[in-house]
Amino acid sequence: MSSPAGPDESAVPEPTPSTWRRLMLMMRPRATKANLLSAALALLLGFAVATQVRQNSSLGLESLRQSDLVNILDDATLQSARLDQNARELQATRDQLVSGSTSGAAALKAAQERLDALAILAGTARAHGPGLRMTITDPGGKVTAPVLLDAIQELRDAGAEAIQVNNVRIVAGSHFSQGPDGIEIDGRSVPQPYTIAAIGDPATMSSAMEIPGGLSENVRQLGATIKIVQEKELTVGALHAQSAPRYARPVPQSAPAAP
Amino acid sequence: MIPALGLLIGLAAGIFLHPAVPLALQPYLPIAVIAALDAVFGGVRAVLDGIFNDKVFVVSFLSNVVVAAFIVFLGDQLGVGSQLSTGVVVVLGIRIFSNVASIRRHIFRA
Repeated sequence: MSSPAGPDESAVPEPTPSTWRRLMLMMRPRATKANLLSAALALLLGFAVATQVRQNSSLGLESLRQSDLVNILDDATLQSARLDQNARELQATRDQLVSGSTSGAAALKAAQERLDALAILAGTARAHGPGLRMTITDPGGKVTAPVLLDAIQELRDAGAEAIQVNNVRIVAGSHFSQGPDGIEIDGRSVPQPYTIAAIGDPATMSSAMEIPGGLSENVRQLGATIKIVQEKELTVGALHAQSAPRYARPVPQSAPAAP
Repeated sequence: MIPALGLLIGLAAGIFLHPAVPLALQPYLPIAVIAALDAVFGGVRAVLDGIFNDKVFVVSFLSNVVVAAFIVFLGDQLGVGSQLSTGVVVVLGIRIFSNVASIRRHIFRA
């Protein structure tokens, strides 16, 4: 039957009302030999279709032809080369980023250390460490600003890194003066007793205070008492209010040093 | 009726039994299936044309399958297997389309 396709491609068959009837007639089960054989063939066809569909969905490379395999291999090789290239580029980028971030971190650490050192020097950060605590009690009012300034100077000579008198932080620009009710530092009145906290090597500073002709002897000669205590852990908690310089400007580093 | 039932039973069996296609048959099964489909559509068209004949159906079914598989086999031997199976699929596809068009005219009058 697989009737030739050609002749009635153009000729539309008569719409006979018996089409459905004919179909129904055909659908009626008839136990003829040919019908059973057709059924067997149909069964075979269904089985083959299902098998082929399953086979195709679980298909591996083994069922492909040689030329297809060569094509696939070429594709895979090309893609692999492209991915290799990609991976190299990404690796290079990653290396750059890693080295960049480590050098950035090192620069940041150095900058932070510099900032810490400068902040302690300028008195804008609290400092702690081993040091010396001195208390000067002066009932007679004989200890004047120059004496206290001498004491600070001696401490600096002995390596003090952060100093405070009562609650005034001593920095490079601190000035001592004699006010109406006693000593003034940076314009702030410092009442008695004078408590000096200095961070540095306790033993060195202590011996600098005690040497003959040094601070202790001077203060005692003035009729005041001095008490020196070496501390393992001491906090210099007073802060100096930072003010921008009004006149001085930094010289740019690239400029030649002025004579 | 009985062939339609047979088709359904065959589909169910193929789905549930998970048969493995022998390696030697793998290139031919798809082509054989297409050829058999062509025969089936031709048979349905013959029914609607009123010229259906059981014997013709059986013979055309078997010969379609065998010839399609043989053409592919020959192509494989000659080294043009893939091109030839493409050609067979195109031809069978055209025949299936024209048969379906004829069936459609019978059923929908259009």
